[in-house]
Amino acid sequence: MNDSRGIGPGFARRLLRNRLAAAGGAVILFFFLVSALPGLFASHDPNRIDIVNILRPPSEAHPLGTDDLGRDVLSRVVHGARVSLKVGFVAVGIATALGLLVGLLSGFYGGWVDAVLMRFVDMMLCFPTFFLILAVIAFLEPSIWNIMAVIGLTGWMGVARLVRAETLSLKERDFVAAARAQGAGDARIILRHVLPNTLAPILVAATLGVAGAILTESALSFLGIGVQPPTPSWGNILTAGKDNIEYAWWLSLFPGLAILVTVLGYNLLGEGIRDAADPRLKGR
Amino acid sequence: MNPLPRRAAVPSIALLLLLAACSSGKTEGPGKGTPVPDVPAYGDAIVEGSIGDVSGFLAAVTTDASSHEAAGYVFNGLVRYDKDLKLEGELAESWEISPDGKRITFHLRKGVMWHDGAPFTSEDVMFTYRRMIDPRTPTAYGEDFRQVKHATAPDPNTFVVEYARPFAPALASWGMHVLPKHLLEKYPDISKSPLNKKPVGTGPYRFVEWKTGEKVVFDASPDYFEGKPYIARVITRVIPDQATMFLELKSGGVDIMTLTPPQYVRQTETAEFRKSFNKYKFTASGYTYLGFRLSHPFFKDRRVRQAIAHATDKKALIDGVLLGLGQEATGPYKPGTWAFNPNVRKYPHDPSLSKALLAEAGWKEKDGALVKDGQPFEFTVLTNAGNEARAKTAAILQQNLAEVGVRMKIRTVEWAAFINEFIDKRKFDAVILGWNITPDPDQFDIWHSSKTGPKELNHVGFANPEVDRLLDQGRSTFDLEKRKRAYFRIQEILAEEQPYVFLYVPEALPVVHNRFHGIVPAPAGITHNFTKWYVPAALQKHRVQP
Amino acid sequence: MLRYIGRRLLLTIPLLVGISLVSFLMMHMAPGGPIGAGTDLNPRATAESRARLKAYYGLDQPLHVQYGRWLGRMATLDFGDSFSPDGRPVAEKIKERIPITLTINVLSMGLIFLVAIPVGVVSAVRKGSLFDRISTVAVFTGFAIPTFWLALLMMILFGVELGWLPISGISSLDYESLGTLGKIADRGRHLVLPVLLAGFGGLAGMSRYMRSNMLEVIRQDYVATARAKGLPERTVVFRHAMRNALLPVITILGLSVPDLLGGSVIFETIFAIPGMGQLFYQGVMSRDYPLIMGILTIGAFLTLLGNLLADVGYALADPRIRQG
Repeated sequence: MNDSRGIGPGFARRLLRNRLAAAGGAVILFFFLVSALPGLFASHDPNRIDIVNILRPPSEAHPLGTDDLGRDVLSRVVHGARVSLKVGFVAVGIATALGLLVGLLSGFYGGWVDAVLMRFVDMMLCFPTFFLILAVIAFLEPSIWNIMAVIGLTGWMGVARLVRAETLSLKERDFVAAARAQGAGDARIILRHVLPNTLAPILVAATLGVAGAILTESALSFLGIGVQPPTPSWGNILTAGKDNIEYAWWLSLFPGLAILVTVLGYNLLGEGIRDAADPRLKGR
Repeated sequence: MNPLPRRAAVPSIALLLLLAACSSGKTEGPGKGTPVPDVPAYGDAIVEGSIGDVSGFLAAVTTDASSHEAAGYVFNGLVRYDKDLKLEGELAESWEISPDGKRITFHLRKGVMWHDGAPFTSEDVMFTYRRMIDPRTPTAYGEDFRQVKHATAPDPNTFVVEYARPFAPALASWGMHVLPKHLLEKYPDISKSPLNKKPVGTGPYRFVEWKTGEKVVFDASPDYFEGKPYIARVITRVIPDQATMFLELKSGGVDIMTLTPPQYVRQTETAEFRKSFNKYKFTASGYTYLGFRLSHPFFKDRRVRQAIAHATDKKALIDGVLLGLGQEATGPYKPGTWAFNPNVRKYPHDPSLSKALLAEAGWKEKDGALVKDGQPFEFTVLTNAGNEARAKTAAILQQNLAEVGVRMKIRTVEWAAFINEFIDKRKFDAVILGWNITPDPDQFDIWHSSKTGPKELNHVGFANPEVDRLLDQGRSTFDLEKRKRAYFRIQEILAEEQPYVFLYVPEALPVVHNRFHGIVPAPAGITHNFTKWYVPAALQKHRVQP
Repeated sequence: MLRYIGRRLLLTIPLLVGISLVSFLMMHMAPGGPIGAGTDLNPRATAESRARLKAYYGLDQPLHVQYGRWLGRMATLDFGDSFSPDGRPVAEKIKERIPITLTINVLSMGLIFLVAIPVGVVSAVRKGSLFDRISTVAVFTGFAIPTFWLALLMMILFGVELGWLPISGISSLDYESLGTLGKIADRGRHLVLPVLLAGFGGLAGMSRYMRSNMLEVIRQDYVATARAKGLPERTVVFRHAMRNALLPVITILGLSVPDLLGGSVIFETIFAIPGMGQLFYQGVMSRDYPLIMGILTIGAFLTLLGNLLADVGYALADPRIRQG
């Protein structure tokens, strides 16, 4: 039986036809560009302090205004894109890798491996994630690596369950039995047959995960335990914006907008991937 | 932090009249065309905003500012600081210091009652002293009391303490709140007693209720020994976020709070705001500094420290961090106080002088960075997370130093880890921190060479024999002139040696709703005469049922 | 059915033990000491005072002894005394704070239920329509907004500019003097903004989930059958499709407990609400070990409870499980 789900023929076409998802993708590409080539978008040194020009509204010299130490907001938002995206990707990378590993093993081998791993997943899922992240990060120092690691290490459980479910159903398929009959070992079966078919839900989960990680990082910065200034991150520019909200709207608006738009982009794209990968829903 | 109550004033009808004359005279009543008489009236309530909640009302066993402030409404010490930061009597009417400086005799006020009606006597003072040195009491302030050799209470209104040697900070230490013996003696650990949650004191206000995390309520004590306070009720509201607190102030949910420099400068200048609020500004009792680990190979050389001092643009710091609301610090004392020496070596912002000094110390310039023996001049400055002023200070310093070729990296660490991992273990290159400046100028614990052990306060490792001697001299005499000479000389040496680059002393910025009259700004701030603040009858907002 | 519940309950025990172990280990791997920020850098507190405090709190015992003691007491919900200067029992501090956090979270779950479900259903039924598209973007925007940013904006708009709603806290200053109805109204007004914000994020996920579930169910054979039978569209949608699509949603509501609890840290701080989230944050900042372990355990416990209730709800609705 041919598995018409997942990333197969027609996927790209279906995805691009979904205008919302396409818009999301465009936004994501834009921010990739911004973080890869900051010089194109920002002309100032993001850390250049200029006491004389504290909290200036948007002007020709500073299109997005200046912050509470006179630094150019545009430059900081541009460089902040790097940080936010880096955190998002590495954290999700860790989460996905870990979730894949656990899910594949659990689904494929079943038995006590499954029981133990799934109990462990259940246990991790019992902790309110944000509580867990807060606690761990507050004990370590709030460096960018620690944040990435902790967000990743507390976010793999969903992926694991997803992958396990997929693996379980795929395990019984004919093509797996066929591969086994041909003498393929477990590893080969997992890697070449099971894994590729789990790609769709993983891609969805990862895309949505990046959005979540960016929001989490900005929340951590708001609480003062995210990326520490003077390194710019959208979250910590917003912290300064919060304290100056009544007379320096640009400090709050632009980073908040950047987060909003980026996260929205990832969400829409993720949804688009989900819709496109499940053609049973198409056509209505 | 010395847990001294800051409220209550010198009682005197004359003073009252003086105050009435000094305040605005006639005020417009709300919506009424006729002016309102500005006469002290009893009543109304004041709502304070506080970032932190109280953790207990017995100041001896708490260490946070919110708890000490709250306790100050309910309790008194033997002495307190007056509006000019000089010691005056509170529960002690007067005192004598013996000629050899080793004995202090306190004459206690007569007729003072605890809020439950029991009389206050020297037994209570004796009990307080015993508990302060008792190992079962989890207090951080016992050290001063352990210097006492002998204490006696010869009669209910006299209390005598003897020290092994004259100990100048002793007098100030008796600002510690006196505890009621009859209510606490059966509790071996006072922090576990009900009084820590429901205090009973001798102070101007009585405790009414404490809703943890929300508010604390106090009502005026009718028979307070200095006269019943005019403001009938004090409510402290816990609002952990500064921005939220400010919004509450504007919408009437809070009457008094401390502003941040941006709030002071930018958000409170409108005519609208000034219609309802009065802002005040006075020098705070604290300073921020950049401290060097003196054993660090780079910072051993005094010229390097001085060079960094010259590279620091203190004006930029004050303008950038404090928005101009502060002054340069030149030493560890508060400008305007008797121990402050204004004539010490200063370090104006002078990058070329800085570079010259660094060159003298062997640092050569190479591609914009300083190098010596193949090593670039790079170091990491540590500061505690969550303090915006310090974070900004670090950022500005970073830029200042980059100008002279020094690369400073910034690392912020959460407070508890900061203290335990880095400060206590002396694992730092440099730190940006601050000290509270206590009114008594004795700073033995910070500068004496014997206080460099782990967890002790001389964490930079400063060791100067002359300073050691002067510190000792300063604390073992009560003669103000002798003390002043010692502390003046200490400041000269510290300015020369620069174990810290003393950065700035900020301004304290309280704001109060203008229906409260009787506020008198002074070196001690504005709350020194809190019990004499009042709201004219026509302007009162809250009806307080007793 | 009872066996099903019984089995679920048994499974929670090893989970609880695992939770306690994890939280205990985590706290002790922390580099900082728990004596507290107050005594450090205090010129009048000396090394001896601090050493005395350390022994007083029992921190000089070996690790496994500390854990053993803690585990034994956890069984009786005795999390020890808080390390903070007030030294009150952790259980007491949590008990004071839980009602308000639970109230807000339950109310926001209700909000999510009431808003997200209809939006999801209509989106599914009218897939591709303008409503579907607009609601998609609207709901996603809500999901993408940082809640603390939105909180501040709303506070300024409703609290300061318009003056309709109070800005912070859970009761007005003259709460005590209000009548019962007045008290309820006062509480309600204070909770509007927090509940709205708490539920904001969950709205998106829930309505999307409802939408995709409905879409699944609608395609099913029995729906086609009902349609073929000539039943009005409305009956098809509500009686047949929705009931079946609703089942997983109930589970999701139960599973949203941990996220709601986590989010409470942020908005409780902004709105100065004396709840468990705010307490946790303060505890974390001051390395209050017993408090942190206590709240983490209670949080996990509440999550388990949420899961259990969701499972039971699911079992009740699904006849296949009810019989087994």
